Amino acid sequence: MKHTISVLVENHFGAFDRVATMFSGKGFNIRSISIGETEIEEISRMTIVTEGDDQIIDQVVKQLNRLIDTIKVVDLSDAPRVERELALIKVSVPKGAMEEIKNINDIFRGNIVDITNKSLTIEVTGPPDKIDAAINLLSAFGIKEIARSGIVALKRGEQVRILKEKNITT
Amino acid sequence: MKNSGQVLTGADIFFECLRQEKVEYVFGYPGGAVLKIYEHLYDVDFLKHILVRHEQGAVHAAEGYAKASGKVGVVLVTSGPGATNTVTGIADAYMDSVPIVVFTGQVSSHLIGNDAFQEADIVGITRPITKHNFLVRDVKELAATIKKAFFIASSGRPGPVVVDLPKDVIAAKCQFTYPEEVDLRGYKPNYKGHTNQIKKAAEVISKAKRPLLYVGGGVIMSGSSEELKIFARENKLPVTMTLQGLGAYPGTDELSLGMLGMHGTYWANRAVDSCDVLVSLGARFDDRVTGKVDTFCTKAYKIHVDIDPTAIDKNVVVDLPIVGDVKHVLAELAAEMTTKPDTSAWLAQIDEWREECPLSYEDKDGKLRTEFVIDRICEKTNGDAVIVTDVGQHQMWTAQHYKYNNPRSNLTSGGLGTMGFSLPASIGAAFAVPDRTVVSISGDGGFQMNIQELTTAVANKLPIKIFIINNSFLGMVRQWQELFHAEKFSFTDLGASNPDFVKVGEAFGIESYSTSDPKEVDGLLDKALAVKDRPVLIEFRVVKADMVFPMIPSGASISDMMVKRLNPKRMT
Ligand SMILES: Cc1ncc(C[n+]2csc(CCOP(=O)(O)OP(=O)(O)O)c2C)c(N)n1
Repeated sequence: MKHTISVLVENHFGAFDRVATMFSGKGFNIRSISIGETEIEEISRMTIVTEGDDQIIDQVVKQLNRLIDTIKVVDLSDAPRVERELALIKVSVPKGAMEEIKNINDIFRGNIVDITNKSLTIEVTGPPDKIDAAINLLSAFGIKEIARSGIVALKRGEQVRILKEKNITT
Repeated sequence: MKNSGQVLTGADIFFECLRQEKVEYVFGYPGGAVLKIYEHLYDVDFLKHILVRHEQGAVHAAEGYAKASGKVGVVLVTSGPGATNTVTGIADAYMDSVPIVVFTGQVSSHLIGNDAFQEADIVGITRPITKHNFLVRDVKELAATIKKAFFIASSGRPGPVVVDLPKDVIAAKCQFTYPEEVDLRGYKPNYKGHTNQIKKAAEVISKAKRPLLYVGGGVIMSGSSEELKIFARENKLPVTMTLQGLGAYPGTDELSLGMLGMHGTYWANRAVDSCDVLVSLGARFDDRVTGKVDTFCTKAYKIHVDIDPTAIDKNVVVDLPIVGDVKHVLAELAAEMTTKPDTSAWLAQIDEWREECPLSYEDKDGKLRTEFVIDRICEKTNGDAVIVTDVGQHQMWTAQHYKYNNPRSNLTSGGLGTMGFSLPASIGAAFAVPDRTVVSISGDGGFQMNIQELTTAVANKLPIKIFIINNSFLGMVRQWQELFHAEKFSFTDLGASNPDFVKVGEAFGIESYSTSDPKEVDGLLDKALAVKDRPVLIEFRVVKADMVFPMIPSGASISDMMVKRLNPKRMT
C-alpha cells in the first residue's frame, strides 16, 4: 500500500541525502519525493510517497525518526489530508485537435503555459489521481514530455505543530 | 588550559574540546591535511596520541578502547587515503554500536569538489555507516560540532560519528567557547521505559512456566550487568547471550546457558525453541541468532527491551515492546515482580539438554585443538581476562569455551565480522584497562590482515598476549566449503604460503613461541601471562580441518542443527 510520509528536516548540509541514503540502504522504495521550504527558515519539509506492508512502513517511519536531522515524521496515510501535485505536460497538437485539447485542459482546470505550432504545455494541479487522469486523456494526442513535482501534503484542520523558541511540540 | 572567550585557531580549539571531553587517547596517523593539528599536538600534554601503522588499525584500536572502557574512542587521520582507510573500522563500529568519534582531515574548503590532491568525500562515503557525520564549514561551528559528535556517539544506542575538518577551518581563528549543552531537537533518546508496559512484562514473566532471558550487547553498553544478575537470580531465570552479550552474565553461573544462535550451545537453542516467554534485553534478533525467522521461537510470548525503536519489530515481530535503556527498565521490572515464577522443572529440563549434547571435543589423540587451547586460557586467566577475538572458527570456539566472568571482557567483531579486528582492538583495550590481562586471539588468516600493528604494540610496550590459532586454513570458510560447497576447498588453504609466525614476531622484536603439543600449552601460557611489560606471541598449530559444532546452517531452523561431522573421513 502507498503511504504519504511528511518529514520535517533541519536545513543542514547533506540532510536530504541522509534521508535518500537511508531509503536506498534499507531497500525501501521512494515513489515520489518533494522538498521545499516551510514557514520556518531553517526547516524544510520532505513529502515522501513510499510503498510497503505495515511492518515496512513502521520501519520506514522509525528509521526516518532515527536520523539526527529529522525533527518530525508523520505518516499521513491514516489522517484526513490535502494532497497536491503539479504536472507540466507537453502534448503534440495534431491537425484539428487544438479545440479538443483545450477542452480537456478546461475540464481539468489546467493552464496552457507554453504553445508552439506543434505542441502545447499544460499545467495541471491536483490530487495525483486527477493528474493521472489528465495524462491518460492527453496521451491520445501524443505526449512529448512530462514533469511531475511529486506530492506535497498537509493534514487537514488546525495547525498541529507549535514552535516554541526551538522546541517543537505537537 | 585555554580560557573560554579566548581567540584560538581551529587546531587549538580542537584540542581544547578533546580536553573538555576528557579524552585520554587519540589513535591516529598524520598527513598533509592534518599537519596543523599535529603541529599543535606536539605541545599537548593532557592526552596521549598513539601512532598506529594503518588507519584501519586506529579505528579498531578506538573500538577496543571504547568496548573495554565504556568511554568514547577517538581517531585522527588525514584526508583522502587516510580517511578511506578508516571505512571498514567505521562500518564495524556502526554494526556493533561502538561509540567512537573519527576526525578526518579534509582539503581546504575552496578546493572541495575539485578533485584536489588527497580529496575524498568521506562524509558522503560514510553517511550510511555512521550514526551521524559532519563537515565543519566554519571555525565558529567547530566547538559546537565536536560537542555534538561526542554526545551523539555516546548517547542512546551508541555508534560512530565522523567529523570532517577542512584544512582552512583548522587554520582559521575564532573566539572559543565550549557549549555546556547540546541542542539537537531532532535527537532525544528515550531512556525510561513505558511504566505500563513494564508492569505488563512483570506480570507475564511472573506467570511464565518456561521463561528465558535473551541478552545482547545492550546490557553491557548500558552497564546493567548487576541489574541483570539480581533479576535473573531472584527469579531463577535462565540466561542465554548473543555473541556481543557474552560477559553480561557470568558464564560459569548455573543459570547461564552460554551463547545462542548459529554456533550456540545445543541447550540454549533448545531452550529458545521451547520457552513460553522470551525476554530480549538489548539484543536485536539478528539472522545469526534467529536463523529462519518463521520457525524461530514460535511458542513464546516475546518481550523486547531496546533503546533503539528501529530494533523493535525489525526482524521478529514481538508481543510487548519496551523502548528504553535496559538499566532503567531492568530495575523497574525487578521492582514490579510481585510473584516469582516457578522455574524448577524448566531448569531441570535445560540440564537434561546440557547432558544430551555437551560441548565436547577429542582430547585423547595427543593432537592440539582450538577448544583445548581456549579451555586452558580460560582456566589460566580465571575467566577474568579481556579476550579480543578475530573472525572465524577460533572466534566461535572462544565464544563457546571461554567463560567470561565480567562485562567488557569479550571484544569481537560481531555484526560486520571484520577479519583483522583483534590485534588493533587489543591495543586499544590494553590502553583502556592497563590493570587487566588482554589476550588477542586470531586465526592465521585474520592475523595477517592488520599484522602491521605489532609495531604499535611493541612501541608502546603493551603486555598483550598475542595468540595465533594456526590451522593452516581460512578455517570458517573451509568449513562452509566442506558442508555446503561440494568440498571444493577453493583458495582457503594457507598452509604452504603462511609465514613463519615465530620469525615474524621476532622480526618485530616480540618474544615468540610455537607449539602443536597439548602438553606444552600450560607452560607457554604461564610464561606469557607472567610478562607484564611487553607483548608476547604464541602460535598454536592446531589440527587443520576441525569444524565448529553445533551449527545451525544459515537461514535454517533449530531442527536442522548439526551437532557433529557427518563425513568423518575429512577429520584430520
Ligand atoms: C575482511 C574479511 N574478509 C573476508 C571474510 C570472510 N571470512 C570469514 S571467516 C574467514 C576465515 C578466517 O580464517 P582465519 O583467520 O584463519 O580464522 P579461522 O576461521 O581459521 O579460525 C573468512 C575469510 C571476513 N570475515 N572478513
